[in-house]
Amino acid sequence: MPERPVADRPMIEITNVTRSYGAFKALDDANLVIREGEFFSLLGPSGCGKTTLLRMIAGFDNPTSGTIAVDGQRMEGIPANRRPTNMVFQSYAIFPHLNVEQNVAYGLKRLRLDSAEEKRRVEEALGQVSLNGLGKRGATELSGGQRQRVALARALVMRPKVLLLDEPLSALDKKLREQMQVELRRLQQAVGITFVLVTHDQYEALAMSDRIAVMFGGRIAQVASPKEIYQRPVNRQVADFLGGMNFVKAEIVEEQNASLLVDTLGFGRIKTDKPKAFVRNGSGATLGIRPERLRVLWDDSSAKFEVSGKVVERHYFGEITHLIVEIPGLEKPLSVTETNDFGADDIPVGSSIRLAYDPEALVALAD
Amino acid sequence: MSGLRRFLPGRSWLGAYAAIYVGFLYLPVIFLPIFSVNTAATPKFPLSGYTLKWYEQLPHTPALLDAAWNSLIVGISASVLATTLGILAARAITRYRFPGRRSINGLIMAPLVLPEIIVAISMLLVMLQLGLSLSLFTVVLGHVLICIPYSMTVLISGFEGFDRSLEEASADLGESAFGTFRRVTLPMVMPAIISSLLVSFTISLDEFIIAFFLTGTEATLPIYIWGQLRFAAKLPGVLALGTLLLVLSFVMLSIAEILRRRAARRTSNEGGLYA
Amino acid sequence: MGWQHGRQVQAGDCIRTRSPSRGFAVTAAVEDSPRLGSKRARRDVLLQSEAVQGLGLISPTFLYAVVFLLAPIIVVIAHSFWTQHYLTIDRTFTLENYRIALTEPIYRDLLWRSLYISLTVSFLTVVFAYPIAYFISFHGGRHKGLWLFLITIPFWTSYLLRVMAWKVILGYNGVLNSGLMGLGIIDEPSTALLYNSSAVIITLTHAWAAFAILPIFVSLEKADRTLVEAATDLGDGPLRSFLRVTLPLSIPGVIAALLIVMIPTVGDYVTPKLVGGKDGVMIANAIQVQFGKAANWPLGAALSVTTMVIVTMMALASVFIIRSAARMAR
Repeated sequence: MPERPVADRPMIEITNVTRSYGAFKALDDANLVIREGEFFSLLGPSGCGKTTLLRMIAGFDNPTSGTIAVDGQRMEGIPANRRPTNMVFQSYAIFPHLNVEQNVAYGLKRLRLDSAEEKRRVEEALGQVSLNGLGKRGATELSGGQRQRVALARALVMRPKVLLLDEPLSALDKKLREQMQVELRRLQQAVGITFVLVTHDQYEALAMSDRIAVMFGGRIAQVASPKEIYQRPVNRQVADFLGGMNFVKAEIVEEQNASLLVDTLGFGRIKTDKPKAFVRNGSGATLGIRPERLRVLWDDSSAKFEVSGKVVERHYFGEITHLIVEIPGLEKPLSVTETNDFGADDIPVGSSIRLAYDPEALVALAD
Repeated sequence: MSGLRRFLPGRSWLGAYAAIYVGFLYLPVIFLPIFSVNTAATPKFPLSGYTLKWYEQLPHTPALLDAAWNSLIVGISASVLATTLGILAARAITRYRFPGRRSINGLIMAPLVLPEIIVAISMLLVMLQLGLSLSLFTVVLGHVLICIPYSMTVLISGFEGFDRSLEEASADLGESAFGTFRRVTLPMVMPAIISSLLVSFTISLDEFIIAFFLTGTEATLPIYIWGQLRFAAKLPGVLALGTLLLVLSFVMLSIAEILRRRAARRTSNEGGLYA
Repeated sequence: MGWQHGRQVQAGDCIRTRSPSRGFAVTAAVEDSPRLGSKRARRDVLLQSEAVQGLGLISPTFLYAVVFLLAPIIVVIAHSFWTQHYLTIDRTFTLENYRIALTEPIYRDLLWRSLYISLTVSFLTVVFAYPIAYFISFHGGRHKGLWLFLITIPFWTSYLLRVMAWKVILGYNGVLNSGLMGLGIIDEPSTALLYNSSAVIITLTHAWAAFAILPIFVSLEKADRTLVEAATDLGDGPLRSFLRVTLPLSIPGVIAALLIVMIPTVGDYVTPKLVGGKDGVMIANAIQVQFGKAANWPLGAALSVTTMVIVTMMALASVFIIRSAARMAR
């Protein structure tokens, strides 16, 4: 299925939104534009303000200051039941006294459709989440995955402009979660509605989203595509949250508008992109490189850029092996991930190896 | 583990004790029905013979029928009022945080731990001061006061664990606050409400002291029984009446308990068979 | 969200109060301290709206309790300082009623007996109830609910009827006497069974059993089972782990049970009247007389207040003794 293009039209505009509880700011001056038809994720650890933001879009919470607009319409004073958004709750909030069909039709009752039309839309929604034929099933007779699908159908049947998902996969086991990631993405592509997903699982966000906002401590740290976030994190915190990262100390030799020239002990002199958020703090800087961007060089091969060191630990993970390699001059050993098809799992601990890298993969990080 | 347990009264000893204890709890109550079908006028062993004549006399006692009617009126009024007030308070306690929550709750629950005579005489004093003449109405006022704590206990256990996101989901799907109450909240807590009604009715039906102090000339069933106890000859009839009341209370409380559990199960929004 | 909200506020406040030094000044809470005043105010408004809704919802019930419980009790206390003159009440302040209540032998004796009975009954109930609560909580398995229901059911039925049942059992021509005679154990009916304070104690102990079981059961249920396992793991035998872990953890339940039995029983009216006889009369019977035949409301009020004050003191003393004992046992 070809990727559905994202329109360049704003669907949700978050402007200077702050939410405080007394002295504590759950959300601090957030600014964000989510586009029409986009699968957008709010990613961060618990307490970072992502759920607060989602609930303010839904209308269950109100900003202390700032504005939220959906589809060009400002949302102040509009209660949750009159907003063009629908939500999939973390607990799914399936009405236990109603069956699947009645749950899905719950919101439609307000629209006073004729019964044939209502039935058609319920069937359509159940079809979208592959629950055909389960309409008469009682709410308490559903598995976790089925409950999640009912919650999805119940929201989608309202044809919202925005579908909000509050950690919808966190209650599922690993295998089902991975399956649902694929299905959710497929579903979003099929219906073309803007999805806003809250999650603390970086792989979930990377796998499903068009764009991701990474949040820490009530602030939005970075908004970008999954690839950009992963490969070019703006600071150490983002880099760390999005998976393994080797941090290398560097001295700044020359700073220009868009690039930095730095000296490192292990990797020598390197020219690298300068992120927008980068603020120079004395002459020191930190570079980061992902473990899988370091490749083991076998006996006869060589690379333009390489470092050598000694393997001090080896951890086997089935399809990959994790090597911890000490590099002379670096204060911390490097973590290296290598696929096992060339025998990385057989490299003895204590042996000397060479690692190839691309200078592009070393990114400067703000602290 | 079982070897270590040998030094403590083990499971089987405790179990035996529990069985004897339950027997002790039920024993006195069981004598009422036994002697209510005994031909002798005094309750003593050996039993003299089986009869239903004490029961047959009951419907032919006008004072008893009046008392039963009065008890019904008081019971229904008190249970409806107590449950209404209980719903408001239970909802406030389980849903909102507000200053003075604990002390207000404490005051409302206080009749549970106060000697009933204190409650009865203080209400009596105030009623008389206010110039209210004592009647079934004043009995209702008193019964509502002592029923509220029980009603609250039942309702809070029904409201607690009510996943707030269910109401949010309803609002999210376009339903108004009133519609949400009607379509989600009410159906889910209905069993708890009915349970509260039944429990309150039973308490009112069985309550003696407060009715004794606060009623004027009209008697409720317990007051009628109290009056009959003076006459030894009337004892079998009282035993028969008591047995009927026991059965009625037992049936209503069993229904109340089943409903309360169903409510508690409903409101906990955890998965069903699989989740 | 509710509790999370609470925690967040706490966390913020906590950071603020703990951060006079710049060391803690990294948190968002402190960065904006100049604007704190206005934020505080806004939070107050928000809290108020929740508070207003909650108070509004609970106010009918609360007012009912104020009008029909709190105000009447205040009226009773007021009466206890006044004097009855036939049909009118003299509202000049006097302590005469309390003098009578505390020094007249008849009231003093009734008061002492009532306190003795309620103390005995509450301790007996708790001692008998504890093993049951323990059994249900630890060995009840899937039938916990059924056990609890079985135990509570007799107590939801009419109190009057249960006391009446005891009268039937303990009476001169009653079940126990006729049964014992039938078995040839005694030759003539014993008069020792009914119409004394022992009969009152037996009846009340039976009547309040379930009220003692429930709080103890709840406190035992709350106790984390792995704590007992931890104690065993650390070398305590079953008896020691019970005394050092389970029992101390259930003390709140024991105290609640004691109070929930002790305070109401002191003012019991039906039991002494039906099975107490002359030796089993309690203070409530005297109070009733003052509001009935004797028509001396102020004295009745003073008796009530005195009873409540003394039983409260006795309850507090019991709580104190149990707590100290529990502390020593550890």
